[in-house]
Amino acid sequence: MEFLIASGIAVLTATGIYLALLRQTFPVIIGLAFLTYAVNLFLFAMGRLTVDRPPIIATGSPGYADPLPQALVLTAIVISFGMTALIVVLALRGFLETGSDAGNAERGEDGIPGVPDRSHR
Amino acid sequence: MNHWIIVPIILPAFAAAFLVTALSHDLARQRLVSTVSTLLLLATAVWLFILASDGTTRVYLLGNWPAPFGVVMVLDRLSALMLLVTAVLALAVVVYACGGWDAKGRHFHTLFQFQLMGIGGAFLTGDAFNLFVFFEVMLIASYGLMLHGGGAYRLRAGFQYVAVNLVGSTLFLFAVGLIYATTGTLNMADIAVKARAVAEGDVALLRTGVLLLLLVFALKSALVPLHWWLPTAYGAAPAPVAALFAIMTKVGAYCIIRMHGMVFGAEAGAVANAAQPWLLPAALLTLVVGALGVLATRRLLDLVAFSVVWSMGSLLIAISLFDAGGMAAALYYAVHSTVAAAGLFLVADMIVRHRRHWEDRLTTAPPVPHATLLSGLFFLAAIVMAGLPPFSGFIGKLLVLDAVREASSAVWAWGLILATSLAVIIGYSRAGSVLFWKAEVRAEEALTADGTGLPLTSILAAAGMIGAAGLLTVGAGPATDVFAATARQIMDIDGYVGAVLGPDARLALGR
Repeated sequence: MEFLIASGIAVLTATGIYLALLRQTFPVIIGLAFLTYAVNLFLFAMGRLTVDRPPIIATGSPGYADPLPQALVLTAIVISFGMTALIVVLALRGFLETGSDAGNAERGEDGIPGVPDRSHR
Repeated sequence: MNHWIIVPIILPAFAAAFLVTALSHDLARQRLVSTVSTLLLLATAVWLFILASDGTTRVYLLGNWPAPFGVVMVLDRLSALMLLVTAVLALAVVVYACGGWDAKGRHFHTLFQFQLMGIGGAFLTGDAFNLFVFFEVMLIASYGLMLHGGGAYRLRAGFQYVAVNLVGSTLFLFAVGLIYATTGTLNMADIAVKARAVAEGDVALLRTGVLLLLLVFALKSALVPLHWWLPTAYGAAPAPVAALFAIMTKVGAYCIIRMHGMVFGAEAGAVANAAQPWLLPAALLTLVVGALGVLATRRLLDLVAFSVVWSMGSLLIAISLFDAGGMAAALYYAVHSTVAAAGLFLVADMIVRHRRHWEDRLTTAPPVPHATLLSGLFFLAAIVMAGLPPFSGFIGKLLVLDAVREASSAVWAWGLILATSLAVIIGYSRAGSVLFWKAEVRAEEALTADGTGLPLTSILAAAGMIGAAGLLTVGAGPATDVFAATARQIMDIDGYVGAVLGPDARLALGR
């Protein structure tokens, strides 16, 4: 089980990092989502891998599952869900306003067409 | 238990909730509520600062759960000082924003109060995971604030800022997970105790966690090579927001002091001062990159942003000593560079808004209206930031130089701090002369002072920040005494542990 979980987290993280480094916004968002999946699994594993144990210290049970990482994961899921929603909206607004999916923020020097300038100031 | 400790978190939270529910369409009342709330926050911060200045570490147990089982808030000299700086800065920012920036979008004041809540929480919390949560509160609000006013360029820059910080948050979780896995606790004082006796097989894991955490805070404090997001983000953000962000880099520096200077500091057993060998070279590089940026940039806002990066270099050099002298110098420099950066962003905005399509480009343009006043403010703020005598930048730099005198890295630190200071002075002199002296009048393009001109409140806010730097200069004697006492308290990790976990924990340490 350790091998499975560890390699699972590794694959998710590697995929996430690769996608987050791409130039378009959409793969970046997917990459960030992969990274948050990886970290959620990782937090779970940090409470040690236990099967079929109660999350409290009970007399009849030989051990217990650490409940704290589960609470942490819950918080992490809520936060990362909200953040992902935000960045999706942001990317969508960016796409609608500029008509391009590029993730880079190039400074508009004079005379370069198609590059957004700071004209809002 | 002193209930005042929780007020810097609760007050902005309630103000923000009230603003968004009751007053979301009434800008005048929003301004009133937001300003009053910020004033109350300042009063609370002053009171907490007085309270903490007796040297006692006060603990607030949320839900009255005993530490380390519940989440604790800890008020010591360090957190009280940072809260006070935040409140002073917040007042200047809210006054400046009321000059017109807050009208460019709907929820400026709500987001602003939420941001204050996140910053206050990050300074007060004594729990590693709670720190993550307050980081997120702070960041979510900062995303909204950065995008305030909209525009395609700001959206693009905002996307980068959000993406970078999401990666940072993920790293934070990995780090906290590793620390929890090896120490079995999240309470900072308890981590400090458990880290001393961590099992041999877990040392490598814990060290990884500690260094990942350093990476997160380095990202926040714009330490090279994790600084690249800052100029884009600060340049694109509305001016009062950029000024408020001046404290965000210091949140990163504060967390390095708290986690790597105290919790994983000199007495943390196998991971003692694990951050030190990485922090110093990175801080030296930060000086160089920041100064090169100042010289290379052709935009005023980027110039200010790169000088913020540069100032983080000196600050983190002082922190990387991990001794009382270094911490005292770092605190002085942190307060100074916060007000200096905020003042500069505000002054730069007042200049930029009159330059029409020249914006903040450092090219020849018709003379700026109100040139005498604006150039005077810019001159003063630039002197403060670049560290020329007589202002606080100079004293701060002297303190940092004095603190590193004995260290083995003294030659590098002295050489680079002095050389890069010269570069920053050149950068600012060039910017000032292009903006104000090289102006040429062409009749058809003359810039006129339009109706939106210069509200008195804007000038007051910017002048207030420069005045705060002046106050820090005049009161440098008493201020350094306070910072020295704060630094001694930072170095006394046993006192911190005893205050949070009770005297029994002290006995368990065998002292």
